Amino acid sequence: MIYSLLVLSSPVSGHGSRHAVDFARAVLARGHTLRGVFFLDAGTLASSANSVLPQDEEAQISNWVALAEKENIELAICITSALRFGMLDAAEAMRHERAAATINPVFVISGLGELVDACNAADRLVTFGG
Amino acid sequence: MSNTGKPSLLVIIRRSPYDSSLARSAVDAALASAALDQTLAVLFLGEGVLQLLPGQNSGEVGLTNIGRLLSSFPLYGIEQVYVDAHAVTRHGIDLEQAPIPVCALQALQIHTLMEEHTHLLGF
Repeated sequence: MIYSLLVLSSPVSGHGSRHAVDFARAVLARGHTLRGVFFLDAGTLASSANSVLPQDEEAQISNWVALAEKENIELAICITSALRFGMLDAAEAMRHERAAATINPVFVISGLGELVDACNAADRLVTFGG
Repeated sequence: MSNTGKPSLLVIIRRSPYDSSLARSAVDAALASAALDQTLAVLFLGEGVLQLLPGQNSGEVGLTNIGRLLSSFPLYGIEQVYVDAHAVTRHGIDLEQAPIPVCALQALQIHTLMEEHTHLLGF
């Protein structure tokens, strides 16, 4: 079965973002296809390269990076939400005259059209948070 | 289940208009889907029905007027708009004055509506 994931919740509030990573791994472990993960609204904060967490808290970004690099899963963040939450890649930082990029480059800035494609191409769209 | 035929999308909006950025994200997702020729319907559930309040003035809180955004639904071809009848009564919304024409559904009809769609996008 082909899955697409939609992440709406912030990685630092509630459990939605963590459950999404765990679910993504489980989908792959069961031999299903994961078409990609789309991050919208506060979900885009998962892409932050700059978060500094207390020592006893687990940073989820390493799990997302592993998913992108080892499993070749596309991690797309909605541009409208990303800009609102200050999640910029180098190009957007330059375009909007901000001091620096703030996202980890394994995340790709994309549009809501990508969510539509992800929805169309999947048997199941699973939403986390909201 | 295999991915046959064109998916039908039901966008479910549960957030009151100025409580969370998700309210706006939900409306944006509906508009973007419609602009890309998706077959979709929109359902306002629970506090989401507050998005249908007439005469919204969001200037004071510095946010986009959601009521005005909703009034663009017909321009995008979004005509199937449903609302949770129970929540409408609870929140005292006058649907005659809502920014767009909507169809009020009872709980069982909402259940059927969800069953009829291949993909649910809940905010």
